[in-house]
Amino acid sequence: MDKFTTHTGCVAPLRRSNVDTDQIIPAVYLKRVTKTGFEDGLFAEWREDEKFLLNQPEYANATILVTGTEFGTGSSREHAVWALKDYGFKAVIAPRFGDIFRGNSLKNGLLTVELPEAAVEELWLLAETHPESEITVDLVACEVRAGDRTWGFEFDEFLRWRMMEGLDDVALTLRDEDKIAGFESNRDAWRPRTLPVQV
Amino acid sequence: MSPTPHESEGTAPRTLAQKVWDAHVVRTGGQQPDLLYIDLHLLHEVTSPQAFDGLRQAGRKVRRTDLTIATEDHNTPTDNLFTIADPTSRKQIETLRANCEEFGVRIHSLGDENQGVVHVVGPQLGLTQPGMTVVCGDSHTSTHGAFGSIAFGIGTSEVEHVLATQTLPQAKPKFMAVTVNGSLPEGVSAKDLILKVISITGTGGGKGHIVEYRGQAIEELSMEGRMTVCNMSIEWGAKAGMIAPDEKTAAYVKGRAHAPKGEDWDAAVEYWSTLKTDEGAVFDKEIVIDAASLSPFVTWGTNPGQGVELSGNVPAPEDFADPIARTTAAGALEYMGLQAGTPMREIGVDVVFLGSCTNGRIEDLRTAAEVIKGRKVAEGVNMMVVPGSAKVREQAIAEGLDKVFIEAGADWRFAGCSMCLGMNPDQLTPGQRAASTSNRNFEGRQGKGGRTHLVSPAVAAATAVTGHLASPADL
Repeated sequence: MDKFTTHTGCVAPLRRSNVDTDQIIPAVYLKRVTKTGFEDGLFAEWREDEKFLLNQPEYANATILVTGTEFGTGSSREHAVWALKDYGFKAVIAPRFGDIFRGNSLKNGLLTVELPEAAVEELWLLAETHPESEITVDLVACEVRAGDRTWGFEFDEFLRWRMMEGLDDVALTLRDEDKIAGFESNRDAWRPRTLPVQV
Repeated sequence: MSPTPHESEGTAPRTLAQKVWDAHVVRTGGQQPDLLYIDLHLLHEVTSPQAFDGLRQAGRKVRRTDLTIATEDHNTPTDNLFTIADPTSRKQIETLRANCEEFGVRIHSLGDENQGVVHVVGPQLGLTQPGMTVVCGDSHTSTHGAFGSIAFGIGTSEVEHVLATQTLPQAKPKFMAVTVNGSLPEGVSAKDLILKVISITGTGGGKGHIVEYRGQAIEELSMEGRMTVCNMSIEWGAKAGMIAPDEKTAAYVKGRAHAPKGEDWDAAVEYWSTLKTDEGAVFDKEIVIDAASLSPFVTWGTNPGQGVELSGNVPAPEDFADPIARTTAAGALEYMGLQAGTPMREIGVDVVFLGSCTNGRIEDLRTAAEVIKGRKVAEGVNMMVVPGSAKVREQAIAEGLDKVFIEAGADWRFAGCSMCLGMNPDQLTPGQRAASTSNRNFEGRQGKGGRTHLVSPAVAAATAVTGHLASPADL
């Protein structure tokens, strides 16, 4: 996973709330067996409308998506994160995210930051009036900075460390292999197994 | 010898969820989240290929093939069993088969009686039992919570993690209770109940919580009704939903292929009897609902929280105090092509979809068949009936339900996820309106430009007969 410390870039102001993962990438794009190349599926249905945000030239270089609350609810598809990343987004800011989406994003080096609605509104206005403005999302300081404005954000200390180091969860867990084996040796014998049975 | 995990805890009163959590902690403390052992990992073709690829790249194996099982559901055709027309769908299913072969994972493929929607198949095999941890790369894994298990959907990176380690690091959740007092009135189902809950909480109301559904109305639900309730926990943002196991749960599991047998059964049942929230255990949050106040419930908008009584009207954006809800409502009405104030019962539909992991089990088919028996699907309406698994389909045929649907003019299909998410050819066309027993009315979910009203199986069947949203009482 790529390390994430700090990122400075332009904002795409997506004035919508309840953007579920079906909107981020429709199911027809989920048939691939690769982990990359999902950029064409990002917001595919909305992008057919030439007035849609991402079709505006002033937001062509945006790398930070700022959106309304409940972003990424619904389906567990990690393809939603891959699509945002493949398109070029490095960070997403919203008042609140769907849990599975948030977990997926942080395992792929896409930073998701929760800021209050008032801060999101300010960032929207900034990007709508001055699309060329750059803002900074700083995971080291846990801050979002835009001009003379600074907002702090909360971030789980372990997840922050993992993201800043770009660490792979599987390797981290396998350091405790002895504990897993110990747990397994104590499991109840009647717990079901998937091996074929005679009925 | 160290005690088994569920005996090692203290005596402070605990919730059901806390007990199951505690019994699965492999590692706790320090800065890292708890590491939970996973008892059952379900796989399907859409969210697993990249996970298997990750294993291959790292030279890792599947740690516990005996706790892992796969089936084909999201992409499968429902008009025939063996021809997958779309080459990308076919490739995905072939990839799953090849991965299962390579890594030694049991798979139930098209043509097998245990092929079908993964959340129907687990309970059908008796693999879903009380007090387990169950995961799957699918958000509706919450279904399995109906047995008193902690069951939740995971992303593909987590699928890889479970394949490699049989564990998952998980931050401690909060605990919530939804208590439904009294009995559901005649004609009100589990689906109506959960749609009502989501309309109260909104799509994010359960965030970060494992929810325990309890109270008389929940106890009175059948196991399949309980699965419908738990299935939609994710639609209000909950981490998982669960229901304490009781005699109904044990009776449902007993005798299934993977149910414990003999002395194992006795040991299991003894443990299951401890799986209830202790007197005095504290929930972080509680919602209380009076079952007697409920009636058939349907959605009007583009998220599952945008629902209303079938007897009600399409709301106006101004009805919502919250500015965000108001804007969202206005957008939803536009997408749905609805006028505020229209009685829900006057909304005509083009398609009725009966199926999915929410409502594709045998009881759901029986309920709908009872309504539609001796009646006809309205002119201009296409009713599609998609059993949740091949076995549900066989059972329905054995009971003659297929004939009831076919004689009514409905389209009787093979098992799969089908139109719930339209990954296979079963899709709405732009502007088509559906009454669907599935779980999501998101824009474009059932096909590009399609408009979805979420309903119960009984309402779906009555709607098919009248051509507009209706309950059996209207017939």
